Amino acid sequence: MTDASTTTATVQVLIPTPLRTYTGGEAKVPASGATVGEVIADLNARYPGIQDRICEADGEIRRFVNVFLNGQNVRKLGGADTGVKDGDEIGVIPAMAGGDRS
Amino acid sequence: MIDSSIREQLVVPEAIRADIVAHARDHFPRECCGVIAGRDGAITELFRLTNLEEGVTRYLMDEEEFFRTYWEIENRGESLLAVYHSHPVTVAYPSQTDIAFAFWPEAVYLICSLEHPEAPALRGFRIVDGAVREIDVVDR
Repeated sequence: MTDASTTTATVQVLIPTPLRTYTGGEAKVPASGATVGEVIADLNARYPGIQDRICEADGEIRRFVNVFLNGQNVRKLGGADTGVKDGDEIGVIPAMAGGDRS
Repeated sequence: MIDSSIREQLVVPEAIRADIVAHARDHFPRECCGVIAGRDGAITELFRLTNLEEGVTRYLMDEEEFFRTYWEIENRGESLLAVYHSHPVTVAYPSQTDIAFAFWPEAVYLICSLEHPEAPALRGFRIVDGAVREIDVVDR
């Protein structure tokens, strides 16, 4: 792991419309942490309940939610353990999916 | 007091409707999908997005394209007014899969059915907490 994973950073989190009920309508909010998971936990301290919409109980990103770090899907990086640095931008977005037959 | 007998309406201009149908036909027998931006409830632009599912009965929007497009829409002061996908061989009504994966209560879910290929159907729905409510899709 790089130093970024052990140093608390302040990042901006992009909140999609379905999760703005938690943030009082705010689309972009600051949060801190050394990793993506810590940032989401910090977000939850301010906006209780939002973490459950993004992460499973074990802290990993939910299957039908995607989290982007500076435009890159964190699943292709280190998942919730991906380190962040000051000024990074984290974007959360539920998947858009469905189908013809169940 | 809201009169519940008045159904919500979404105006889908003929050009947008034609684009959705063309997209559905291009992808037949697979499903197509995309998003529609709007301002003050009026449609401004359609974005065709990639369906990552290889089969013919599912769609999963390419998450990077969707993320990028969603924020492009938001950052210009518009909103994700609607999302669309096709039902290549079944009716234009949300499937159990559509309902289970409806994570966007703020968007109208448009479904284009090619069940009758010569007469494509386009219907719109709100899907909120598992409940489906049809809205009127009109051309003006």
